[in-house]
Amino acid sequence: MKWIAIPPDRAGRVTVLVLVAAAVLVPLASFLPADSALGLSSYTVSLLGKYLCFAMLALALDLIWGYAGLLSLGHGAFFALGGYAMGMYLMRQIGDRGVYGNPELPDFMVFLDWQSLPWYWWGFDSVYFALAMVLLIPGILALVFGWLAFRSRVSGVYFSIMTQSLTFALMLAFFRNEMGFGGNNGLTDFKDIVGVSLQSPQTRAGLFAVTALLLALIYLGCRVLLETRLGRVLIALRDDEARVRFLGYSVASFKLVVFVLSAMIAGVAGALYVPQVGIINPGEFQPLNSIEIAIWVAVGGRGTLHGAMLGALVIALAETILTGSLPELWLFALGGVFLAVTLFLPRGLMGLRSTS
Amino acid sequence: MSSVLDTDHGVILYLENLSVSFSGFKALNELTLSVDDGELRCLIGPNGAGKTTLMDVITGRTRPDSGRAYLGQRIDLLQEDEATIARLGIGRKFQKPSVFPCLSVRENLGLSIAGNRSPWQAMRYRASAAERERLDELLVTSGLADERDRAAADLSHGQKQWLEIGMLLAQEPRLLLIDEPVAGMTPQEVERTAQLLRSLVPERSVVVVEHDMAFVRSIARRVTVLHEGAVLMEGSMDDVQADARVREVYLGESC
Repeated sequence: MKWIAIPPDRAGRVTVLVLVAAAVLVPLASFLPADSALGLSSYTVSLLGKYLCFAMLALALDLIWGYAGLLSLGHGAFFALGGYAMGMYLMRQIGDRGVYGNPELPDFMVFLDWQSLPWYWWGFDSVYFALAMVLLIPGILALVFGWLAFRSRVSGVYFSIMTQSLTFALMLAFFRNEMGFGGNNGLTDFKDIVGVSLQSPQTRAGLFAVTALLLALIYLGCRVLLETRLGRVLIALRDDEARVRFLGYSVASFKLVVFVLSAMIAGVAGALYVPQVGIINPGEFQPLNSIEIAIWVAVGGRGTLHGAMLGALVIALAETILTGSLPELWLFALGGVFLAVTLFLPRGLMGLRSTS
Repeated sequence: MSSVLDTDHGVILYLENLSVSFSGFKALNELTLSVDDGELRCLIGPNGAGKTTLMDVITGRTRPDSGRAYLGQRIDLLQEDEATIARLGIGRKFQKPSVFPCLSVRENLGLSIAGNRSPWQAMRYRASAAERERLDELLVTSGLADERDRAAADLSHGQKQWLEIGMLLAQEPRLLLIDEPVAGMTPQEVERTAQLLRSLVPERSVVVVEHDMAFVRSIARRVTVLHEGAVLMEGSMDDVQADARVREVYLGESC
């Protein structure tokens, strides 16, 4: 039985190859003079890094939507939580270089006249602790939420609405100053990561390379996972959940495993995103952001992983270009693309490839 | 509570006084029925007689308002969910072919082979030589050896039904519940299906719900007639067709 094959197929090999090549070439290009033909400014490097974070987020959603048939419209929440965990670590790295020069407390806490660090900020001085939280916080939230939802057999559009409410509730909570995450300003003014300056071109090149390589690794890992019997069960339950149940599989536990995994990948994407854009605020929890992820996946094509990644890159690039030149048109263009894809390309950009 | 299937007294399925009502409508009304180990039993009855509800209760999909349901001597079916009941040894074939369209015939059968049901086991699963052999047997039994690598979506209606029966067999069930297997089949396919079902007993027990009387006559020794959620009568096909009450409620209306 050919259920495990590495690398999976041609598109899979191309995806991994492109990501690895980008991890090497983009940092190299950033060390050339910015005005030379192949030179990239560190701004561009971070922009590309941001796109790759979106691609990782799209991959996370495709894993549950394209394979297990679970459309989460709240995946931005897991992304933002991963981002906040990283942001908290970056805040602790500022030390006494804040505006108020307080070595114990971040600026916004001094501003709120807090006397001591809240207990849930403990541990974020350590990068290892923060990295663990990047995985654990989205993972545990997905575990609890998923357990409640799947145990009660919430599925289809009801599941989508519940995930949407989840991210909306978290947005409202994070907007409150008393939560201790910087309110509507969020966390920003970061200085260093693991002791090196976030502003230096080398750090930015390094962050890009780490993002590209991690994305390649996660992509490969998911492809391998989906080639196992677990992957077949996911596809099976997407297409006929009752049959899977009557075959003796516990549908809820399979959904739970893949939902938690997907939330953790989204968390990693958020953690890589924050140091490259330099800010995390409650706006990331907006329901609109989560819907946009679903558009990326739909545009790229569900159920291939690389399709979703491509969709994210294409739309993010279009967004950068259009919001630069015609900002008022962007949302219309996004809506139009989504309609066009739904009507004419039900299998997304990947559908074009297999018909040609 | 024991999960060991014990058929010492020759009974595989025992249902007593089962009642189910849906907003006032009594789908099952104090239904009592038992099926012997190794038997091929047909259930007939007009629409709304409670045949599908009965299958739903046995497989854990619907909870009855009252009554008891046992698999063998000891397993109380009313305490378990669908997945557990399936693992205990009851396989269910739906009326509409219910196979996984995007997976190949092999993969459909492979997923059904007993064991390795947790996500963790599924992740690490590699088919053993014995399981590959079993898979080949199943392909032959279900008559799909030449179609093994085709996607299930591309099979004919009859082939999908056989694939689904093959998937049930892969679970190594003791009792198979089969809902209208020959609806929409060609005469040749019906004949092939009758052979397939007859070959399953007496190693396993089979309960078939069917409307096609010729088909029922060709496979069953004992037939149970359901009417308004209860057993109207039980006996050979000849007894059933000779019975005046049955003629009145069922045969008169559909033949």
